[in-house]
Amino acid sequence: MTRILLSRMEAHPSDSHTLARYEATGGYAPLRKALGMAPEDIVAEVKAANLRGRGGASFPCGVKWGFLAPAEPRYLVINADESEPGTFKDRQLLERDPHQLLEGIIISSFALGVHHAFVYVRGEYPRPARRIQAAIDEAYAAGYLGADVAGSGYSLDVTVHLGGGAYICGEETALLNSLEGRRGEPRIKPPFPAVEGLYAKPTIVNNVETISNIPWIVEHGGAAYDAIGPEGSRGTKLFSLSGHVRKPGNYELVMGMSWREMIYDIGGGIRDGNALKAWIPGGASAPWFVEEHLDTPVTIDDIASNLSMIGSGAIVVMDETTCMVKAALRVVRFFSHESCGQCTPCREGTTWLQQVLTRLEAGDGRDIDLDLLLDISDNISPGLAWPPGMTTICPLGPSAVSPITSLAKYFKDEVVAHVHEGGCPLA
Amino acid sequence: MPSQPDLVTFTVDGKEAQVPAGTLLIEAVKAAGVHIPHFCYHPRMKPVGMCRMCLVQVEGPRGMMLGTSCTMPVTEGMVVHTDTDTVAKAQEGVLEFLLLNHPLDCPVCDRGGECPLQDQTMAAGPGESRFVEEKRHYPKPIPISDLVLLDRERCILCARCTRFSDEISGDPLIEFKDRGNATQVNTFPDEPFASYFSGNTVQICPVGALTATPYRFRARPWDLEAVESTCPHCSVGCRISVQASRNEALRFLGVDNGPVNQGWLCDKGRFGFEFLNSGDRLDTPLVRDEDGDLVEASWAEALDRAAAGLSAAAAEGPGRLAGLGGARSTNEEAYAFGRFVRETLGSNHLDAQLGDGLDPRVLAGITPRAAIDDLERARTVLVWAPDLKEELPVLYLRVRRAATELGANLVVVHPRATGLDPVATHTLRYRPGAGTEMLRRLADGSGDLAAVRAALDEGPVVAIIGRPGLGDDPRLAEAVMAFAAGLPDAAVLPVTRRSNVYGAADMGLAPTLLPGRVANDAPGRDAAGILEGLASGDLGGLVLLGSDPATDYVEPQQAAAALDAAGFTVAIDLFLTPSAAKADVVLPALGFAETEGTVTNLEGRVQKVNRLLPGPGSARPAHEILEDLARRMGGSIGAASAEALAAEIAGTAPAYAGITWEALSWGAGREGIVAPGPEGSQPLAVAPEDHAPPPAARDLVLHQARVLYDRGTLTQAGPSLAKLAKEPAAYVHPEDATRFGIKAGAAVRLTGSGGSAELPVVLDPSLVAGTVYVPLHLGAALGAGLEISMEAVT
Ligand SMILES: Cc1cc2nc3c(=O)[nH]c(=O)nc-3n(C[C@H](O)[C@H](O)[C@H](O)COP(=O)(O)O)c2cc1C
Ligand code: SF4
Ligand code: SF4
Ligand code: SF4
Ligand code: FES
Repeated sequence: MTRILLSRMEAHPSDSHTLARYEATGGYAPLRKALGMAPEDIVAEVKAANLRGRGGASFPCGVKWGFLAPAEPRYLVINADESEPGTFKDRQLLERDPHQLLEGIIISSFALGVHHAFVYVRGEYPRPARRIQAAIDEAYAAGYLGADVAGSGYSLDVTVHLGGGAYICGEETALLNSLEGRRGEPRIKPPFPAVEGLYAKPTIVNNVETISNIPWIVEHGGAAYDAIGPEGSRGTKLFSLSGHVRKPGNYELVMGMSWREMIYDIGGGIRDGNALKAWIPGGASAPWFVEEHLDTPVTIDDIASNLSMIGSGAIVVMDETTCMVKAALRVVRFFSHESCGQCTPCREGTTWLQQVLTRLEAGDGRDIDLDLLLDISDNISPGLAWPPGMTTICPLGPSAVSPITSLAKYFKDEVVAHVHEGGCPLA
Repeated sequence: MPSQPDLVTFTVDGKEAQVPAGTLLIEAVKAAGVHIPHFCYHPRMKPVGMCRMCLVQVEGPRGMMLGTSCTMPVTEGMVVHTDTDTVAKAQEGVLEFLLLNHPLDCPVCDRGGECPLQDQTMAAGPGESRFVEEKRHYPKPIPISDLVLLDRERCILCARCTRFSDEISGDPLIEFKDRGNATQVNTFPDEPFASYFSGNTVQICPVGALTATPYRFRARPWDLEAVESTCPHCSVGCRISVQASRNEALRFLGVDNGPVNQGWLCDKGRFGFEFLNSGDRLDTPLVRDEDGDLVEASWAEALDRAAAGLSAAAAEGPGRLAGLGGARSTNEEAYAFGRFVRETLGSNHLDAQLGDGLDPRVLAGITPRAAIDDLERARTVLVWAPDLKEELPVLYLRVRRAATELGANLVVVHPRATGLDPVATHTLRYRPGAGTEMLRRLADGSGDLAAVRAALDEGPVVAIIGRPGLGDDPRLAEAVMAFAAGLPDAAVLPVTRRSNVYGAADMGLAPTLLPGRVANDAPGRDAAGILEGLASGDLGGLVLLGSDPATDYVEPQQAAAALDAAGFTVAIDLFLTPSAAKADVVLPALGFAETEGTVTNLEGRVQKVNRLLPGPGSARPAHEILEDLARRMGGSIGAASAEALAAEIAGTAPAYAGITWEALSWGAGREGIVAPGPEGSQPLAVAPEDHAPPPAARDLVLHQARVLYDRGTLTQAGPSLAKLAKEPAAYVHPEDATRFGIKAGAAVRLTGSGGSAELPVVLDPSLVAGTVYVPLHLGAALGAGLEISMEAVT
């Protein structure tokens, strides 16, 4: 079993989060190695690794780093806002191996010429926040942070910031606004954060998992990372498996297996011997998969070519007892509740979708409601295509459309039954 | 000077057009005659791309891209489509979304009839609603200040109001709260939207979510008549639209005059229209009867009495009469007044100011003189002047923009904190009377002033200079101007507040000036001299034109005594002011929006004012009154009509050559013309001199300055603004409070050169210790002297 991220916590479940254990298991050796390298050589290794971002968009990490504008100061911001329903991988990395992330932050900052890094932690994650803060405190005391990092003369400070409980603050520019003390509202891009980010300075925003890979890549070289897994999906990926499987949990996996293996072998199959109905392959924003996708491969690009996305790796499995109208309502309600409210189509449209679905689910639906849902969706995400078009500033609004198109594509009969039977036929 | 930006060529809906690089698409398409619907975009504020109404398609490497035209700058070769099915569907979708939760109470909404949301819906909206769910509900309008109400059900969350308050006026007292579908504009707890500029948000709100109490439910837009004019409330001269229904003024709206107000107004200007409708307006002549009471009279009777009284005084010898006023009149009326005093009364004793301004030669002739729009290019702005936010509010907005948006250095020198301090790079404080030392130290620029001096040495410099308070000698202001004129690439804007004081100076309403910025080599008396002469009997009579020395002269009690002593006084005014009440004959004049003419603002810009209202009773234009008086006194001042006077000014006053009503009414002239216009010249060129007053060392000095809402005649004549005037108070430095053993809120008795008052104490650490600040015209009349004594009242 290939392990990059979880080996320490699996081997030492009681104290994997401490500096003593981290150092005893080889930790901070990659940092010393990195401090002896030229920063641009570190960037080159990350590029060579073909590590793709783990925050949802799968953007190649090294390429993003290459966009960082030269202006000073520059910032590195770690996105630990993890708020999408079904995603709980970053939490584990923060709680159980915070030094691994911190070492990744220090190496990345050194490589990028950053002297102040931030970790933006979801407001509902007090324990992960305490753990990363404790690790930072230990690192300062041990000389891994501060004015003279590990005796190299390089200086770095790391600040932890706790969010206020808004999913939208996971969107990188809303996160930066929130860090600056403003309302957590996404900014219009361009300019991208790499050019104008925190306090209008060049900023790299990366996910917790993305950066947790960096010490391994520096230690073993980019080529070694690039040798793991299929092309386009190198390295290992953390999947948060939840829903109606027998063995929910976080799994570190080399990609390339089929969905059948993912759900039936790794997930242990469906609970109570029930039949599989559908699953969300990559977080609430992702269009759903059904039976016909069981033998397609689990890679970033195969999921995309099947018109969905790997997202942050949150897989939510639904069995035959699930009401799909209710499932869609749940997801839409989430996005409507989390809309920042800036854009008319997202603010008004997601609420309208929710209102119509609520009525349908309650048995007050009309024959025209499915078409209405699709047309509302079309005004949020024109063409109802994948990747989605947008009439909005950020992808949150269009995310609420995924359950609607999935409903229309695979479960139209269930919607019609709700209308004609005055409620859920499964109830 | 930045170089001209390059032009780029782009295509919109098949039409090619050229615009400067960087122009936002929504503006650029206008060059091709294309209009894109929008709600949140406002050309004077940063785009936010929130409403999504302005979506268009742009051809890109990956096909057609949908994007908001208010956030996309045009680039070379860009191909834009605003007329595709996709664009139409997206825009219709946005409109439908906006209407879902809109209450559609158009029939009772102030905006109905002039509402962008209504217009857009009529033009391109859905015929009927597909929305069968429950709409969002909020309690109907909540007051967010004394003047503004917010109806959150009508709000389309475009952030125009919040951006204005944050970006433009710098008092971010309204903000969005909550998120998503629950997002709403609101104030902060216990902090009302008490902004001097709040009315702008009402004007730019694209729906009827923000309404103003003075206009609420008063009219429907289609019943309004309107003319464009110039705000009569201060010397900035903001462009406005005067709107009335059935001969009653109902509102002023800001008109976007780029070089002056850029669309904005202050609330005093915007809501100050109410004085026009005041029931206290004079509507008939008054004469003093045998019992000494002012009683109504016919025009013939009153004019006869006035002419007889003035003629008798004139017969006592040359220079026995004087004229005060004209600073609130049009240029045409001021010019007629000048001719009347000089020719008919045979006197050079003539002043439009009341001892509270600057040397009129400086006002008319300073060189190099700055224009307001020079602030767009300034690297450094020096403000040693009244608190602009209190006295010249829209100039404050322009300076604020220079310091924030445009990144200029801003140096503010004042006896206490001013509205501009939060955006200033440097603030310097001094005690009134010690300004000369401050200036010497600043010019020297050593020690802790080195950084300030370095900022001032970055040109172009715009220096805005006036008297920060009554205690500041006008000679100090001139010394500061002399210093500022020597800074790199510097231009000076001499500032004083009364609306047409610059026009009056240009029309020769000063002892030292003749019309058209010409020096008068045989100067008469100024206001102080005139009042002295009346008191001593050296002068026999006075004509007041819209002037109230008993209130506005720097020593009001002296002025009142002089008026009591005056042999014969005629007052031409809109109201029976304390001064008019002492006159022998009172003649009711037409005022703003009731006469036509021109006015000149503080940069020398001549703009048109227009007539929309008939005015009260038998009130008449001032120039007609003066002509009738002149005829009764055996002459004529040639004032057949305001237009004839305008032609005479354009023909004879050198700096106004060619500045005709015609030129001001069409094309570029509607922005006004800065005198001297293209055909004019300015015979008088005043380079300010440094003859600063010697420092006055005193234990305790008095600083008195105006606040926006005071107890002035025009402010008090309108109910909306009248209630905004604060109670008077004494602002005391904490050290002085300790020294005198007084506490905040306790009462002190202050005794100054011209009066005494008991006032509550407010602690003000922004003063230099040894200074007491008392706002002017709030009810405490202390006189103009620097010296003040303070004692605790127990
Ligand atoms: C609505 C929305 C929510 C997001 N939430 C998260 C999040 O919680 N954590 C995260 O890492 N990225 C999130 N992202 C993605 C970030 O914007 C950004 O792409 C990511 O942090 C970049 O990191 P990576 O390149 O390492 O993946 C979100 C994006 C959107 C549009
Ligand atoms: S799409 Fe929704 S969440 Fe994103 S910026 Fe617009 S309103 Fe906010
Ligand atoms: S109150 Fe008016 S200006 Fe303010 S956000 Fe709402 S619609 Fe826009
Ligand atoms: S700044 Fe002066 S001119 Fe402008 S609106 Fe206010 S009072 Fe009128
Ligand atoms: S006008 Fe462009 S988004 Fe509102």
